[in-house]
Amino acid sequence: MSAAVTPANGQRRWTRLLARWETLLVVAVVGLVALGASLSPFFLTPGNFSNLVAALMEVAIMALPMTLIIVAAEIDLSVESMAGLASAILGFLWAAGVPLWIGIPVVLVVGALGGLMNGLLVARGGLPSLVVTLGTLALFRGLALIVLGPRGVSDFPPAFTELGFGHVPGTLIPWPFVVFVLLALVLGILLHRTWVGRQIYAIGKNPGTARFSGVRVTRVRVGLFVLSGLIAALAGIILTSRLSSARADAGSGMTLTVVTVVLLGGVNIFGGSGTIPGVALAVLAVAVMQNALRLASVTVEVQSIALGLLLILSVVIPTFAHQAKSALDRVRGGRPPPADSIAHGEAALS
Amino acid sequence: MAKSGVTARGGAGRTRGPWLSTVARQRELSLVAIMVVLGALVSIGAPQFLTPSNLSQVASLASIIAIAAVGQALVVITRNIDLSVEAMMGLVAYCVAIVLERHVLDAPAAIAFGLGLGLVLGMINGVIVTLLRVPAIVATLGTLSIFRGVDYLVAGSHQVPLAGLPPGFTDAARDSILGIPIFVLVALVVVVIGSVVLRSTRFGRQVYAVGSNPEAAAILGIPSRLIVFTAFSLCGLLSGVAGVLWVMQFGTINGTSATGVVLSVVAAVVVGGVAIFGGSGSLAGAALGALFLGFIANALILVGLSQFWLQAIYGVVILVAISADALILRRIQRATAARRAR
Amino acid sequence: MERRSSGRFIALASVAVLIFAACSSGSTSSPSAAVPTAAPAGGLTVGYLPKDIVNQYFAAAKTGVDKAAGETGGKVIQVGPNEAKADLQIPFITDLTTQKVSAIIISADGKDEVAPSLKAAMKAGIKVVGFDSSPAVGAYDVFVNQVDFSGVGVNLSDWACELAPSCTGDIAILSAAATATNQNAWIDLMKTTLATDKYKGLKLVDTVYGDDDATKSTTQAQALLTKYPNLKVIVAPTTVGILAAAQVVAQAGKSATVKVTGLGFPNDMKPFVKDGTSPVFGLWSVPDLGYLSYMVAAKLVSGEITGKEGETFTVKGLNGDQPYTIGKDSVVILGPAFRFDATNVDNFNF
Repeated sequence: MSAAVTPANGQRRWTRLLARWETLLVVAVVGLVALGASLSPFFLTPGNFSNLVAALMEVAIMALPMTLIIVAAEIDLSVESMAGLASAILGFLWAAGVPLWIGIPVVLVVGALGGLMNGLLVARGGLPSLVVTLGTLALFRGLALIVLGPRGVSDFPPAFTELGFGHVPGTLIPWPFVVFVLLALVLGILLHRTWVGRQIYAIGKNPGTARFSGVRVTRVRVGLFVLSGLIAALAGIILTSRLSSARADAGSGMTLTVVTVVLLGGVNIFGGSGTIPGVALAVLAVAVMQNALRLASVTVEVQSIALGLLLILSVVIPTFAHQAKSALDRVRGGRPPPADSIAHGEAALS
Repeated sequence: MAKSGVTARGGAGRTRGPWLSTVARQRELSLVAIMVVLGALVSIGAPQFLTPSNLSQVASLASIIAIAAVGQALVVITRNIDLSVEAMMGLVAYCVAIVLERHVLDAPAAIAFGLGLGLVLGMINGVIVTLLRVPAIVATLGTLSIFRGVDYLVAGSHQVPLAGLPPGFTDAARDSILGIPIFVLVALVVVVIGSVVLRSTRFGRQVYAVGSNPEAAAILGIPSRLIVFTAFSLCGLLSGVAGVLWVMQFGTINGTSATGVVLSVVAAVVVGGVAIFGGSGSLAGAALGALFLGFIANALILVGLSQFWLQAIYGVVILVAISADALILRRIQRATAARRAR
Repeated sequence: MERRSSGRFIALASVAVLIFAACSSGSTSSPSAAVPTAAPAGGLTVGYLPKDIVNQYFAAAKTGVDKAAGETGGKVIQVGPNEAKADLQIPFITDLTTQKVSAIIISADGKDEVAPSLKAAMKAGIKVVGFDSSPAVGAYDVFVNQVDFSGVGVNLSDWACELAPSCTGDIAILSAAATATNQNAWIDLMKTTLATDKYKGLKLVDTVYGDDDATKSTTQAQALLTKYPNLKVIVAPTTVGILAAAQVVAQAGKSATVKVTGLGFPNDMKPFVKDGTSPVFGLWSVPDLGYLSYMVAAKLVSGEITGKEGETFTVKGLNGDQPYTIGKDSVVILGPAFRFDATNVDNFNF
């Protein structure tokens, strides 16, 4: 939903709240939890929450910068390959005897550099991000394979494995979840409460206007891709830790889930609208759904179908809801609501 | 997708007649030229490269991707994208294989069934994009999951072995007519028919119009949604063709068949000069792009370079291709602006 | 507008249903059982987690598992990913743990990746039986090895020697996943064997990985034929790979000059024994492997064995009713590999 101002007259606040995508997501999460509890007696056990989130945390962490990127009307398909490259380099360095406290920062720098490459090609080179990041999707994965080959490196120290697989002492909260929450807070504040965030929305809505308004479009764009690469590298490190194994093919297939989660979170694929809380809720919804269905022995295939349907519905429902609303408004004789309050998906289609 | 790209292309909705064909021909010629040079270089180190048997095997394999790439190119020219291609191929491949294994249909009927299934799947994509107004990238991301999920569901843990197919069914992958492998002939037919339709029919011109400027197309009265729907349906049909060929090529089919193909298909389209913004590009270019990528993969193997270099090289090729595109475009725009200024 | 689109939807849905009915008529039962209830009185609930649920090898093993469960009044839940990747196995392990199954029978895609979650399962009181491909030492109670590793290494070398003219020429290995514990162990031992005098005429030119995926294995086999025109034998210690390689060689018309051997199912390979592509290959009774694994799990749960080295137990119908002894690292060996050739392949049906 748009962060811009919506009209005050003719619409009561609570109806506006109800119509927000985030509210729908909260309802969905509650519904899915109820579904999960009904499908399996093990769903509401304490240990289950930990399992529920654990497998999805790398995707969740990468979904946060992806949100900013898609709001800015770009996309970064290369995140899964950067995670793999991070894993490969970390493993390579560790196997070569380089201690982790050097290896991890090196990997993070590589992530930022990869993001820089994406950012420069898109922002300075003017190339479409879809294709650039498709190219780097292949390139980074290729580099990972060149660095580590088909082998895996797995003799990491237990302290490192604890990061990905262990919990905050005394609780059942997995460490990666803590990372996710912290990152969500930081990026949420960045997007929703700072000047930089408003610039990102402006670029997404209309880069030409944004530039004329003094927004440093190129700089912001490059920064977003650098952030995405950096976080993807972090996700790769966490993945390596959780699996206690560094592999060149780590993370493969994750980009799809990341983009799905972001879109499910209410972010408009054409840019200009979307929120971090929405995406965080979508992460929760998907995690609950996958866990509940797995516990109920619903096959992975059906889950895949469910996810795809959810994604399409997430665009269809607001579109029809809006059309119903404008039809109702027309009947009532009021003026149609301005473009800003339109749910995502309507915007630029013919 | 980036809106800045729209302004970068500029221009009104009129078809870029001369530009289209010049740029397209440049791309196709450069691809052919690079392949020739590559062929010469590789054959120095590995003489097996230029043998007819190797070349026909490479061309056959590439033909499957090429046919899917032609379908994808159609969709991309209308300023959309279809990420579900591999799932459509996999689902058609499995359904055709299982139908043959259980003797429900004989070979010709099974092939027709596969094509029909592909068409239906493509139409589903078309409906979601045009009627439900879901942006193509979201819609096909969704149908990618759905179709692949259906494929796994239908297949379960079953696998159709080569022995389950009617004898001779897979021969088409290795047979040739007049020295040209059958798969390559199929791809050629597809490209030729498609190109003729695109260049010489009203429908073809409308496809380019919708892709280069949808607003202007709407003003001109072009039925954009019907055009887009048709593009997606044809993409599905061609994915179905590719799926059938897949069965003939590999013989053993299960629920995971054709996973990971979408990168090659989109890469082929991009390398082939079809602009991701729509409105330009040729089907022949997309097919050549597929052939080009297949050649590189084969050359790598023969030169002895580890297969692990393949992904990295694909990535570089894609980046170089779009950079070249952008440079050419900018030169054309500068030339146009200069001419207008005079 | 909405009514028209829903009408179209219904039409499409009916077509879809018709198509699925055609495709799935009589298809084999879907891999997952119904919602698990409490364990049947007096019986166990065992989670069966193969490398992936598409590989026919594990379907064959499951017939043995099911048979043992049927005889002892137990229940088997099959779960697993569609691709043989270790990180995909982890959520299934954690879910089986949540569901408090009595035991988990697992063939690990990667020995270290699954170790933390298996150890957590063991801590929760669940017995872990590895089979086919071992998890890391310490992450299982007993590992049922299908065959003596060093024996297989010698067998593979012997068969290659037998099929290469005068035990001389180029040979190549087409394996499964690069991380597969079992294949890697067999290949290492094969290489050690090949280094001895008897095999000095054989030259191992390449080892490629087909990831137990039919398509990839086919492509790899084709690449081998293209790259090494003087190749004499392809050794594929995986049932998926050997079938793919044999198909490729036979279809290329090269059965006279290139031979294929390794580990394969008699039913798959019968036509290739007949046409000379694969005159010799081997395996063991895969159903028996499943049977033994289940019985070991049952004995662990009942307390009859604990997995310590030196313990013995007997399983009626296997090993000639002689007792099995648990060896180092809690490994139990099913038995020696069995050689198939033209004289006996028709006697077997699996």
